Amino acid sequence: MQLELKNVSYTYGKGTVFEVNALSNIDLMIEEGQFIGIIGHTGSGKSTLIQHFNALMQPTEGKVLFEGEDIWGEKYDRRALRSKVGLVFQYPEHQLFEADVLTDVAFGPKNQGLTKAEAEARAREALVQVGFPEKFYGHSPFELSGGQKRRVAIAGVLAMNPSVLILDEPTAGLDPKGRDEILDQISYLHSKRGITIILVSHSMEDVARYADRLIVVNDGKIPYDGTPREVFAHYEELEKIGLAAPQITYIMHDLAAKGLSVDVHATTVEEAKKSILAALVGKGARR
Amino acid sequence: MRNITIGQYYPADSILHKLDPRVKFLGTLVFIVSLFLIKGLAGYVFVTVVLATLVKLSKVPFGMMLKGMKAIIFILIITVIFNMLFTPGEAIFTIWRLSVTKEGAVQAFRMAIRLSYLIIGSSIMTLTTTPNQLTDAMENLFSPLKVIKVPVHEISMMMSIALRFIPILMEETDKIMKAQIARGADFESGNLIKRVTNMIPLLVPLFVSAFQRANDLAMAMEARCYHGGEGRTQMKPLRYEKRDYIAYILMLAFAAAAVCFCIFGGGWI
Repeated sequence: MQLELKNVSYTYGKGTVFEVNALSNIDLMIEEGQFIGIIGHTGSGKSTLIQHFNALMQPTEGKVLFEGEDIWGEKYDRRALRSKVGLVFQYPEHQLFEADVLTDVAFGPKNQGLTKAEAEARAREALVQVGFPEKFYGHSPFELSGGQKRRVAIAGVLAMNPSVLILDEPTAGLDPKGRDEILDQISYLHSKRGITIILVSHSMEDVARYADRLIVVNDGKIPYDGTPREVFAHYEELEKIGLAAPQITYIMHDLAAKGLSVDVHATTVEEAKKSILAALVGKGARR
Repeated sequence: MRNITIGQYYPADSILHKLDPRVKFLGTLVFIVSLFLIKGLAGYVFVTVVLATLVKLSKVPFGMMLKGMKAIIFILIITVIFNMLFTPGEAIFTIWRLSVTKEGAVQAFRMAIRLSYLIIGSSIMTLTTTPNQLTDAMENLFSPLKVIKVPVHEISMMMSIALRFIPILMEETDKIMKAQIARGADFESGNLIKRVTNMIPLLVPLFVSAFQRANDLAMAMEARCYHGGEGRTQMKPLRYEKRDYIAYILMLAFAAAAVCFCIFGGGWI
């Protein structure tokens, strides 16, 4: 078990009149190599939850274990933990600060105690992994386009060689092409390097397409946790908490209602296509 | 960073909250000047009673006002020590070559009271008045200075904007700090020089975003035809009411009493 949350609760402003329960009694296990999608509407507690994974927030109650060890134990090295559990915040390009791209990406590895040459090698590796063109390595990160800045920022976390990579809406504010490119890169990292990926997203299509496990957060609790097919089967309940199923799931339900025997649990366009073609062929054969 | 009382409005329904901000601003000035005029034990008792009444009237918990004291506790201690040791006079006791004098002890006590009352008094104003009301009041009170070409409106607009941006920048700082900590940055350990250089990953993005925000705000203001103070009206213009005139009369009475204590006060303190 890589990451484990045991009965975790978090309260903002504990002991004041402004007390807010952001997480209540969360139990969660994350195994190595999973691709996890986290969905939930704004203010549901997603961001609070992911900040518990790398010890940026301390639970007011409960325990967080990384590889079996309590990360809030007295002797635990939380700085080392943060390089194993990489967290890419929303709009990560706001954290860029160095004079050129390469030095900025090398900031993380340098903090891990690597030499300048080693850190730069790691930075180059990470930049290649996010598909950042080499001719811009010496440019100022502030001169780049939004999508390129985002790649640099993601590379900055990736360069620390984390075994878990958490991304908080990595595609917010990007155009469709930039979005697909970044998500494809993440999925490639997952399959090539076997990194555990935790992807927070507002797009049901994205999580349905990439994640093999979906965690729904609502009101500081986890009402649903399972494969996208299982979770999206509850699409009516999801709508009540401000979420939805992928559009294609709705189309499949409508088709089924019209009498076509298709798989209503299909969550991606590819799955749906197969199921519809099979159903049409079946219908044709019967005629 | 979070215990700065300035600009921390405490919402409550009290007579002090309803008073015109100009009254409160002038009242605070009068109070501060009086603090340094008053002499004699009777005078201090009088100020204490007035201050206690104001605290009670404001309906703000007293703890909120003491929070402002935290920031000056260091200055307070230094003032007290220096006054005690370096005021010439009759020595009470001597350690090595430093002696605590009777006059020094009295002087230190006086300074401590003045400083803490000053902080509490001005906290009452900032806790019962929103920052925007306060800048409105200043703009209004200083408007005669326009005659000698002081850009009163511009200064008060800058102040409102600055105050408005404090919480935003604090939130931004928190966010960037967390992002850099996630990348292994260390803001807590090391010597002074190390700590300052460690702040670069925080300060550069913060400045970039502050300039970006300033740019956006300027654009938004221009898009809504902002062109300075000339002919600009207010949504809630300041208007004196009966209670404000009463407050002014009480304030004058207080100032007169302070002057009396200054002239006739004395005694052992």
